[in-house]
Amino acid sequence: MEERPISAISFHQFLNEEKLMGSKCKKCGTLFSPPRPICIKCFGREMDWVELKGKGKLVTFTCIHVGPPWMIKEFGYDRKHPYCSGVVDLEEGVKIDARIEGVDPSKPETIKIGMPLKVKFLHRGEGENLQTYLAFEPV
Amino acid sequence: MQKKRKLGRGVAVVGTGMSRFGMFKDKDSRDLLVEAYSEMLSSVDKGVDPRDIEAIWLGNFSNDFYVHQGHMGPIVADVLGHTPKPVTRTEGACAASTLAFRDAVFSIASGYYDIVMAGGVEEMSKVTTEEATEGLALALDRPYEGIVGFTFPGVFASLANAYFERYGATHEHLMNVTIKSHNNARFNPKAQFKASVHDIMNSRIERAKKRGQPIPTWKDEREFLRDLNANPMVAWPLQVFDCCPMSDGASCILLVAEEIAKNFTDNPIYVIGIGQGSGRPLHTGASFTSFEANKNAAKEAYGLSGLTSKDIQFSEVHDCFSIAEIIHMEDLGFFKEGEGYKAVEEGLTRLDGPMPINTSGGLKCKGHPVGATGTAQMHEVWEQLRGEAGERQIPNKNLRIGASHNLGGTGGTCTFCIFERR
Repeated sequence: MEERPISAISFHQFLNEEKLMGSKCKKCGTLFSPPRPICIKCFGREMDWVELKGKGKLVTFTCIHVGPPWMIKEFGYDRKHPYCSGVVDLEEGVKIDARIEGVDPSKPETIKIGMPLKVKFLHRGEGENLQTYLAFEPV
Repeated sequence: MQKKRKLGRGVAVVGTGMSRFGMFKDKDSRDLLVEAYSEMLSSVDKGVDPRDIEAIWLGNFSNDFYVHQGHMGPIVADVLGHTPKPVTRTEGACAASTLAFRDAVFSIASGYYDIVMAGGVEEMSKVTTEEATEGLALALDRPYEGIVGFTFPGVFASLANAYFERYGATHEHLMNVTIKSHNNARFNPKAQFKASVHDIMNSRIERAKKRGQPIPTWKDEREFLRDLNANPMVAWPLQVFDCCPMSDGASCILLVAEEIAKNFTDNPIYVIGIGQGSGRPLHTGASFTSFEANKNAAKEAYGLSGLTSKDIQFSEVHDCFSIAEIIHMEDLGFFKEGEGYKAVEEGLTRLDGPMPINTSGGLKCKGHPVGATGTAQMHEVWEQLRGEAGERQIPNKNLRIGASHNLGGTGGTCTFCIFERR
């Protein structure tokens, strides 16, 4: 059984290890991803980690032309080179925000709400500086 | 069973003030606040001695980030000559000054103070658009929303897409909101964009002529808005004219206990409804076409006032993006869910329509210095209810109930306040 604290920091450590994780309430069984330390259904405070399959559907999205400076620096996007971010409804019944890769953000009309997606881990940096961005791409 | 809430005693507005909104390289937060404060003092019909103001609440989202100035409370106290009396800064992203107002109301309602001021200020023009976008994105849920590249326009663009998918609206419908807001702003002397979309289109044509550039051939304002060169994409499907600008500005409101209101004016405005709600990040929301925080704010404000959405005669709503205006009108009950965009198309929300929305020009055209917006919306409600809105006065002789709706972040903090002229 995974002993890491139920936290955003742990969630991102798992992403570095290519695991998409959620938390499950020990009392009522409700699943959350992103993970929650407190169950917002029954207010139980004991949770287990659960690994998710990383499959889902696109719920909504946007193609961003004016991004924050760090996105421009890290990924080279600018007003002429947009990127896609969206919300994914996972098979397990929870939703999560993610980058949407493998689509053409300059042709948003080709990206469809409802399209099936699978997880992709975008790694940047190495060792101590490793940072993994959660992304999904078309199946 | 939730008990019926009530204020310990009534609270009245006896003065308001607002600086010009815009991008001012030669003015800082202090200058803007002094401008709004001076107007507020002058607006009190029978006068007020500033020494009688017992406490101040000031909304400010992020001067820390924009101009490297935190801890605005005592700075404001000093500038206004208010030391050593208390000034408290409130932070609720773009709803910061409505939170200031709410606490100020409670301070009178509790019986602790009799005369207090609420206000707000923000100074955003000293950074680039990208940096300002990053500044606003501080109010996102960083570990999950921000980290995957969402921006404010990005979140609202995602809501627009979900709304389009669900109700069959298109970007053409969002243009109706923009065109209406600009039409109202023509008559607001303090607005950042005091021009209709048509005026702006024509001035671009004139500019091209003057510079000897190719002359654009837009047939009408819609064609102008569709042109991605004239109206660039920010976050699909939202273009520049769907988004409020970066602004500098300040606003203030003077509140007193109801029983002494007539000492200051024969025409006070009474605070009869006040509500606030909290919402969750994009992915956790149950709906992408509504804000749960809006609904809680509305429930609280309607509950306190004993009114329903049908009693509200006009409202300022937080149109940080064109789609937001539509969603708010539905959440507050002015129109049914999925029908807000039709109401705008039919002209129901125009200045001369049955339910005028954002007579000031809204955030889109009046400007959106985030911390100042909430109390600036109340300034508009005050002017409308007192018949002092000049050329943009709602043509209804029986104007009695107006409201202001303010949203912070991407729906994390929502407020709704109802005002009455008796």
